[in-house]
Amino acid sequence: MAEMEVSAGPGDGADGRAAGSLAVILLVSVLVVATCGLIYELLAGTLASYLLGDSVTQFSTVIGTYLFAMGVGSWLSRHVRRDEMGVFVRVEILIAMLGGWSAAGLFLLFPLVGDFRLVLYALVLAIGALVGLEIPLLIRILRHRFAFRELVSNVLTYDYVGALIASLLFPLVLVPWLGMIRTGFVFGLANVAVALALLVALRRQRRIAGDVLAALMVTASLVCGMVFADRLQRWSEVAFYAEPVIYARSTPYQRIVLTRRGNDLRLYLNGNLQFSTRDEYRYHEALVWPVLGRVASPRAVLILGGGDGLAAREVLKDARVGHVTLVDLDPEMTRLFRDSPQLSQLNAGALSSPRMTVHNADAFRWVRAAKGSYDAVIIDFPDPTEFSLGKLYTETFYREVARLLAPDGVMTVQSTSPLVAPASYWTVATTLESAGLRARGYHAYVPSFGEWGFTLAAHRAVEDAVHVPPGLRFLTPASERAMFDFPPDMARRPTPVNRLDNQALVRSFAREWGQYEG
Amino acid sequence: MKVDASRREVLAGGSAALGAALLGGCAQTPVAGTLDGADWRRGHLLRDGGFPEPEGPVEEVDVVIAGGGIAGLATGWRLAEAGFANFTLFELEDRTGGNARSGRNSVSAYPLGAHYLPVPNREAGALRQMLRGFGIITGDGAAGPVYDPYQLCADLEERLLWRGQWQEGLFPQTGLASPERADYKAFEDAMASFRVAIGNDGRPAFAIPMALSSRDPRFTALDGLTFAAWLDARELTAPALRAYLRYCCRDDYGAEPEHVSAWAGIHYFAARRGWAANGDGDRELTWPEGNDRLATLMARRISSQLRPAHSVFRVVRSPDGNTAEVDVHDHANARSRRLRAKVVIMAMPHFVASRIAPELCDAGAFSYAPWVVANVTVSRHPEGKGVSLAWDNVSTASNSLGYVVATHQSASDPTGPTVLTWYYPMSKEAPQTARKIMLTRSLEQWQALVLRDLMGMNPDLEGAIERIDVWRWGHAMIRPTPGFLTDPARQRARESQPPVLFAHSDLSGLSLFEEAHYRGVTAGERTLSHLGLAYERLA
Repeated sequence: MAEMEVSAGPGDGADGRAAGSLAVILLVSVLVVATCGLIYELLAGTLASYLLGDSVTQFSTVIGTYLFAMGVGSWLSRHVRRDEMGVFVRVEILIAMLGGWSAAGLFLLFPLVGDFRLVLYALVLAIGALVGLEIPLLIRILRHRFAFRELVSNVLTYDYVGALIASLLFPLVLVPWLGMIRTGFVFGLANVAVALALLVALRRQRRIAGDVLAALMVTASLVCGMVFADRLQRWSEVAFYAEPVIYARSTPYQRIVLTRRGNDLRLYLNGNLQFSTRDEYRYHEALVWPVLGRVASPRAVLILGGGDGLAAREVLKDARVGHVTLVDLDPEMTRLFRDSPQLSQLNAGALSSPRMTVHNADAFRWVRAAKGSYDAVIIDFPDPTEFSLGKLYTETFYREVARLLAPDGVMTVQSTSPLVAPASYWTVATTLESAGLRARGYHAYVPSFGEWGFTLAAHRAVEDAVHVPPGLRFLTPASERAMFDFPPDMARRPTPVNRLDNQALVRSFAREWGQYEG
Repeated sequence: MKVDASRREVLAGGSAALGAALLGGCAQTPVAGTLDGADWRRGHLLRDGGFPEPEGPVEEVDVVIAGGGIAGLATGWRLAEAGFANFTLFELEDRTGGNARSGRNSVSAYPLGAHYLPVPNREAGALRQMLRGFGIITGDGAAGPVYDPYQLCADLEERLLWRGQWQEGLFPQTGLASPERADYKAFEDAMASFRVAIGNDGRPAFAIPMALSSRDPRFTALDGLTFAAWLDARELTAPALRAYLRYCCRDDYGAEPEHVSAWAGIHYFAARRGWAANGDGDRELTWPEGNDRLATLMARRISSQLRPAHSVFRVVRSPDGNTAEVDVHDHANARSRRLRAKVVIMAMPHFVASRIAPELCDAGAFSYAPWVVANVTVSRHPEGKGVSLAWDNVSTASNSLGYVVATHQSASDPTGPTVLTWYYPMSKEAPQTARKIMLTRSLEQWQALVLRDLMGMNPDLEGAIERIDVWRWGHAMIRPTPGFLTDPARQRARESQPPVLFAHSDLSGLSLFEEAHYRGVTAGERTLSHLGLAYERLA
């Protein structure tokens, strides 16, 4: 900042130059605290609309609360009767801590606390009240150094300039370049820098050791936060979802996140969408009925994956089915979809059906050890994004499944998108054939996924004849038949066999989806 | 299913993890574990004497195999394969398997030493017959034998931590200047031509077993200089290439390129022509317990002939030269007895054999690399930036050889507990010095070293380490130093005649399963010939 015309006020013990430099620091402080104050407000508003959805309401209520809290702070300032400077410094240190950690803290607390709004508004109130204390205190501190006319003009000018700086920096620079968590820390550091600068300027006039220690500790914690911001970002993955998160939990196997916007409930595993209640019936009808409809007597059914129980729901609709065996890695997943009323409603209580047996096991190991004979096998694993998942699409794995498939049995495999990843999609068919089965691809349109592919396989040729029960929402005999037609952009092409020791599918999947997502 | 909403990885965590990250690194609680190794006490008894005199009558036997490592077990397997059962195998340790032994805990079996076998070459007929018998080769394809996919190392086989990112393979693929890439290419080209080179005797320049390699001086002359000198002479000096080659030398020989014969250094790259269907020729066979799978299968085949916890401590040729006297000590009852055998196979490292049968064999200039192997039990799988966990995980920034994942073969669950086997050849110091350092370090010191190295590669393992079991191999590998092809002590041992034969990878000078197996099979067949038994030659 350039030269400021300041007049040394009466009654100052210090010499004029020191008083002048203090005044400069104080006026710079106005600019800094104004910028910081607005940044915290913007952070809270943005975060609330990220996490809770409905951005108009969130922004409006957060800003309203914040401004109201500032009013509370201003009113409270009347109770500060002496040592305005000391109180101001401590307020700065407190704001630095609360404001600096606000974004990180809200992200981290989000999945952990029962009522997030309570935490959010408590924090907004606290920061707002502290910020509200700043300007009245500063005016009182500066009142002897400026004429009243200049004082009001200077303070309000810097306050509003700070607000402009903040409102431009926030969307254009800070969020895109630093991210919300780092932005919080940066401005926390600015607040604590104000406190430290004042303490240094005042070092001759007062005891500052305690305040300096507190300021340095806050600085250290903010610097730590900056350094670990990437990790914090990863842990606080709620920022990642476009819809409000209603449940988030880490199991030893995966991160389970449920989101809901209106009547659209979505399940994400490790950030990958598993279903949306808007159209999951399309996916699960297409997964299940082409298999069941081709088996004369589907007594025993095996489902590999599908811990959400939605495929099981379709299977259990078929009265011919005597018993369903479901193998899913994650006990937390099957527990959640069995015990949560909201979720077990989605699968019609499939996981607690007397006809159901759930095994929580690694399917790769399970099929190798399993005995028995299944009339229908439904394989619904996550896409082969990883080598570990790729093992569940290999010739070796399908040979084990073929051993468990009855001579007249039919199986199906969810096989990724034939439109986005045609080579990957057809690799599944090639691999099933290499395992000694006859394979046949089909596909369905599921809006939340796009064009999606499945592969039927059996010991004998997979026939056209199919029994589609009436009353389904998506499948009819005619739409079932249409699923087997592949236009040229999805047509079969030669592919390698996916083997344990080449993981051809994981490689082609990464290439094709990578190209698709650009 | 389904749609990958974004490439961004989303990880688990919460405030507890945050606290651990901010506070971590300072407080180090002691880690559970054991410090173990080959039985020093029994080993040093051989060096220092002190076995009681044999008692009781001298027992007349046909064949004694002294040593139950891979070579001794392979001798036994070969004899059993020919229908011959009249032999006894004595092993000093409580368990057979030698360097291929393994451990086991509630999480997984894990190797203590040797842990994989590359798909054998066409010339390794005996080994292939054994793998077929053990169900590891399951049939024949058009292009060669078909291997059981559960036993071939699953993809991803190797990943390398290079400049903070894990990437596939063992040589950096990114961020290298073009001269570095050119050196790598030149080296690869040179190895490719060695791989197909045939000597003037019609044999491949480099073979496995190495005894089947060409004797053409064009190639054997490479034994006259070190690998490093050979590379220098070819101006293959790019640091990335040299670091990679150093890794390879230490991995296979426990020694530096500056110590290893150029013939041996090239052999590593030029001798592998694995023969298999389905393009599996360049793959490896591996098991959670490492090569103990093979050792155990061999031992099971000859279980009634095995005598563990028995030290053969003296072998001499009888005056008529037709038999050999074998003194053996039973550690269980602390008694010794004497056998007279028509054939004794000394299936042990040469430095041990030279103490047991000093008149029949001299120690020569053999030196052995000491290794430390740590098995680290972790409550969750390692992760890392870049390509996901492989079977073998190596860091360019580490002096260790990295770690292999014991459960790589058996599961598809990428989380959960596993055992990481961490390998460290003490190749920088002279072997004698290194052995001393190895023995003076405490369990805690080794654990601290392992932990620091592992955390450097995988900081994500913070808080996941459950135990670190350290295993020390004083004489883990024979070092193929220049001149090893023509070492007279080795030559003499190879040419030894019944009643005393030698069988060990020391005779090859390369500490490889295939070499030990070949030497064992050869000794077995020479035994069968000596006893006048009919058999079909495998080796």
